[in-house]
Amino acid sequence: MIFLRLILTNLRRHRVRSFISVAGIAFSVAAMLTVVTILQGAIGMFSGILSSDSQIIVFERNVSDLFFSNVPAAAVEQISRWPMVLHADPVLFGIVSSSDHPIITCFGVTPEDARISHADWISGNRRDFAQHPDDVVLGERAAEFLAAALGSKVQIGHATFHVIGILKTANGFEDGGVFMPLAAAQDFFHKDGVSSVITIKLRNSEDVSALKSRIKAAFPNLIALEDSEFNQSYSQFRILKATAWAVGGCGLLLGGLGVANTMIMSVFTRIREIAILRVNGFSHFQVGSMIFGESALVSVFGAMAGLTIGTSFLFVLKLVPALHGYVDVTMQPFLMLIVIFLAVLTGVAGAFYPTIYAMRVRAVEALRFE
Amino acid sequence: MNPLFKGGRGDLVLRAEAVCKSYDEGMIAVLKGVDFAAVERQTVALCGPSGCGKSTLLHLLGGLDQPDRGRIWVNGREIGGQRDLVRLLRHEVGFVFQLHNLIPDLTLEENCLIPTFAAGIDRRTAQARLRQLAEATGLSHRLGHSIQRLSGGERQRTALCRALMNKPRILLADEPTGSLDEYTSAIVFDLLLDLVATEGVTLIMATHDRSLAERCDRLVEMHDGRVNEPIPA
Repeated sequence: MIFLRLILTNLRRHRVRSFISVAGIAFSVAAMLTVVTILQGAIGMFSGILSSDSQIIVFERNVSDLFFSNVPAAAVEQISRWPMVLHADPVLFGIVSSSDHPIITCFGVTPEDARISHADWISGNRRDFAQHPDDVVLGERAAEFLAAALGSKVQIGHATFHVIGILKTANGFEDGGVFMPLAAAQDFFHKDGVSSVITIKLRNSEDVSALKSRIKAAFPNLIALEDSEFNQSYSQFRILKATAWAVGGCGLLLGGLGVANTMIMSVFTRIREIAILRVNGFSHFQVGSMIFGESALVSVFGAMAGLTIGTSFLFVLKLVPALHGYVDVTMQPFLMLIVIFLAVLTGVAGAFYPTIYAMRVRAVEALRFE
Repeated sequence: MNPLFKGGRGDLVLRAEAVCKSYDEGMIAVLKGVDFAAVERQTVALCGPSGCGKSTLLHLLGGLDQPDRGRIWVNGREIGGQRDLVRLLRHEVGFVFQLHNLIPDLTLEENCLIPTFAAGIDRRTAQARLRQLAEATGLSHRLGHSIQRLSGGERQRTALCRALMNKPRILLADEPTGSLDEYTSAIVFDLLLDLVATEGVTLIMATHDRSLAERCDRLVEMHDGRVNEPIPA
């Protein structure tokens, strides 16, 4: 009780300073949580596109980005004939722009693709897809920002297309995307006879290894990965994840420096008190624990405030119409635990030097300190 | 009678032998081979001009500082490593300073409980001890009050309570009434002597006040970093 009072006393004595430290940690935690959650959501959405009604994804080996992957049509034809394969769907990814919208994702797909055949069509008829090379189907949000309706013409990149359907999908990328017949997309993106990936569904999920081996043998320049493997190994995902953690880490580092500054000030302004505690029998360990305790308390308060701020901010982002479908606010307990752990670790690390300093205070000298 | 035992009873509780202490890398020699001893339940006044080394000697005797040369024994054990010093400050020595050195944001009770917390004494025992000392010092009605609301005399009495909380055998007091007016000083000193007698504590007090010093069992003069006291074999 006395120990807690000693810790709280100093926090209460310098309320503004304590508040600033807590705020520093809180905003760092909120920033980390927001950035990591948004990026993980984006990665989840992208991988969701790839894993739509499939187990395996095949793409060109050693490409840094799927947009640069070229999988020949011959490979699609051959693989789809293998007995273990239920269906193999080629998908061509492309990025185009329109007026006011610098980035629109395009999906070149076949009519049999699950994205078309299993989608929730708001308007239009799925049987009309790929009947004409100038026909496109829009995601609901794409239709919104392109101000397009069924039957209207839309300018996408250098060409004009005829809207023959509008889809509703929970995936932000698909919802803001344009679906073209595969042949039309190959022509539009100058990628004749190739797709970016093949998504494969097997008749028997136990044949995954056999399929991977067979693809490796038949097409040495292609690589087949299970969806989970792809999520872990795809370099773009890894870069995004690393960036998210780096940005969050920088935020926490700044928060930690704030705590360090607070704790240094805290120790310097009460050297005499520390000396009094030493004279009254406090050991080095007890003095150190008091400083660490103070710092840990600031960090825990900061982490809790940061989680509240970050979560609220994510929910607000989710409600913004322009971001609909792009922000996937799924609170992951593991992520939260990591963030709290990092916040406390940062706070405690920030208190390291002040603690060592406090532990080294010589009572006899500090008692002369005014 | 050997003056060393005047007023005291029983064993030697404190002994310093050829203790030297200097500051600024030896430039300022404060203690130049001090020999000193005190026995159980004795009150000893250290007198001498400012800068003669009274406070430094008290700090060394209480383990707050280490001598450059010489040896010090407290209750028969030589002061040594860090662990010894913590044990010394927790159980064997209490300090009272010229300034009360209380923590202003805590209450009187919380300030007094600090040494018991440090020593790991359970709260119930600590509070019983505090009630006993508060009654003896007339502070019972002030236990829950903040230090900032206490008078100078009350603060010094609180400091006295705190120093005695863990029942030390030795009380080291550095000008304990130096910051008080004459009237309050007399009251606090009377109380100090009463408590020391009741608790059976050995008091070593540095003071400039001759009238207070003469009320102690022994008056030891310090001059230019030296004390000449006969030490029994």
